[in-house]
Amino acid sequence: MTEEIIIAGFGGQGVLSMGKILAYSGVMADQEVTWFPSYGPEMRGGTANVTVILSDNRISSPIINEFDTAIILNQQSMDKFEPMVKPGGVLIYDPNGIIHPPKRTDINIYKIEGTLIAAELGNVKTFNMVVLGAYLKAKPVVKMESVEKGLEKSLPARHHYLIPMNLEAVQKGYESLELVQAV
Amino acid sequence: MGELRLMKGNEVIAEAAIRCGCDGYFGYPITPQSEVMETLMDREPWNETGMVVLQAESEIASIHMVYGAAASGKKVLTSSSSPGISLMAEGISYIAGSELPCLIVNVQRGGPGLGTIQPSQADYFQSTKGGGHGDYRLIVLAPSSVQEMNDFVELGFKLAFKYRNPAMILSDGAIGQMMEKVVLADYIPRLTTEEIDEKYGSWATNGRKPNRKPNIITSLEMDSGRMEVNNQRLQAKYAKMEEEEVLFEEIQCDDAEYILVAFGSSSRVCQKSVDIAREKGIKLGLLRPITLFPFPKKPIAALAKRVKGFLVVEMNAGQMVEDVQLAVGCGVPVKHFGRMGGIIPSPSEVVEALEHKLIGG
Repeated sequence: MTEEIIIAGFGGQGVLSMGKILAYSGVMADQEVTWFPSYGPEMRGGTANVTVILSDNRISSPIINEFDTAIILNQQSMDKFEPMVKPGGVLIYDPNGIIHPPKRTDINIYKIEGTLIAAELGNVKTFNMVVLGAYLKAKPVVKMESVEKGLEKSLPARHHYLIPMNLEAVQKGYESLELVQAV
Repeated sequence: MGELRLMKGNEVIAEAAIRCGCDGYFGYPITPQSEVMETLMDREPWNETGMVVLQAESEIASIHMVYGAAASGKKVLTSSSSPGISLMAEGISYIAGSELPCLIVNVQRGGPGLGTIQPSQADYFQSTKGGGHGDYRLIVLAPSSVQEMNDFVELGFKLAFKYRNPAMILSDGAIGQMMEKVVLADYIPRLTTEEIDEKYGSWATNGRKPNRKPNIITSLEMDSGRMEVNNQRLQAKYAKMEEEEVLFEEIQCDDAEYILVAFGSSSRVCQKSVDIAREKGIKLGLLRPITLFPFPKKPIAALAKRVKGFLVVEMNAGQMVEDVQLAVGCGVPVKHFGRMGGIIPSPSEVVEALEHKLIGG
């Protein structure tokens, strides 16, 4: 198994930490992982993205131009990364702020109302965990208990009291994924 | 078995330095390597092992602090990124001329000048051919993973002390910024004053003992005859490195008709290119130099006897390609494919270049 994922959105949406928790979940499941962020001035309020690769084998290139899965959280990222999903691959997006929904006909497309759900849960900061849950429904690359362990590992001990709330968000996202198009 | 962690390459440099019994770090912040000192400051190793961590007023000050500490037999390092390494060049030449061990980490960014903070490999010439003045060489290690960022700290120090010569880890923004699994080394205690005396007392300026002559650390020698002897001693040392310390990795080279040569992060890209090419029926292999100096001339020359061509893939305008051409000689084509300015080539782009420049051409 090798899963190559791009997570892309605005800086501040928790794109990098979502990738980090996913990467930690992979470590907990004894997979090889690579987490490669965009870094630099583009992170200050602009777009942020991270490539996460999970694999049972040695990972070759951390830099790739086509992805098994794209998780897209703003319009700029849709424009940039929709064309880079492999044919037959998966695109998951939050429709909030998306003016031009995906047009590809050769990929599986899912929707997650992450912004709405996080607001309903009472903490907008759980947005990225809702999206993570939705992703794991579409692509069960790691088990829920690995995500829990991943959260424990990636959050400092003083934030461990937040884990139940985050797991609830992951669960809610898992239950709320909507299929738009299957190929 | 060491501790398993998920860490950034830059963070690992700091952790590995603490764990391998380093005495001191002197540096100045610059993107994309600032996490090295940030991690050290966060870890506060002065409380744990007694290691000194100091933010100097500039890169020039940092490298000369390294020079001074290394002269006393201490195990010390600095880190920076391309423009900062240029500032250090004078000090590096002095350290090499004075035959002192130390570790310098360059997390490369795109140049020339201030350039960009994105990853690049355009400091190959600077690292392997000089940078500073005079006939000196650095031992240059090129990690291609976060694990190697860890492993090469200890290896770099080992070689630096073996040869009394500065060693460099030539990394880049991609490997510095990415997180991967890493198995951390176990702690090695720092050497005591007595141990430094015993091991390095023949040269270190750590206080003269009654039973020996004063040690003098200098790169200055006004007598040309003696200066030539000093140079010959350095050259003999570099020749020995070329005999004994070459490191490289061959990936699917056994039946290969074409060979990619790439180091560091571009070698990671090329591993995927090999898979893509083989799916297309092209017998492609990858030779990854791990030591850039000493350069793996012999394995490249050996491959040249049985393959149809080499493509050297670098994130620069063509630097290591010159060393590959020297190793190959005439008869087999050696081409270059590079991206510059902080762009990392994609795996399929490399295969297209191979088809265009070598197979079709």
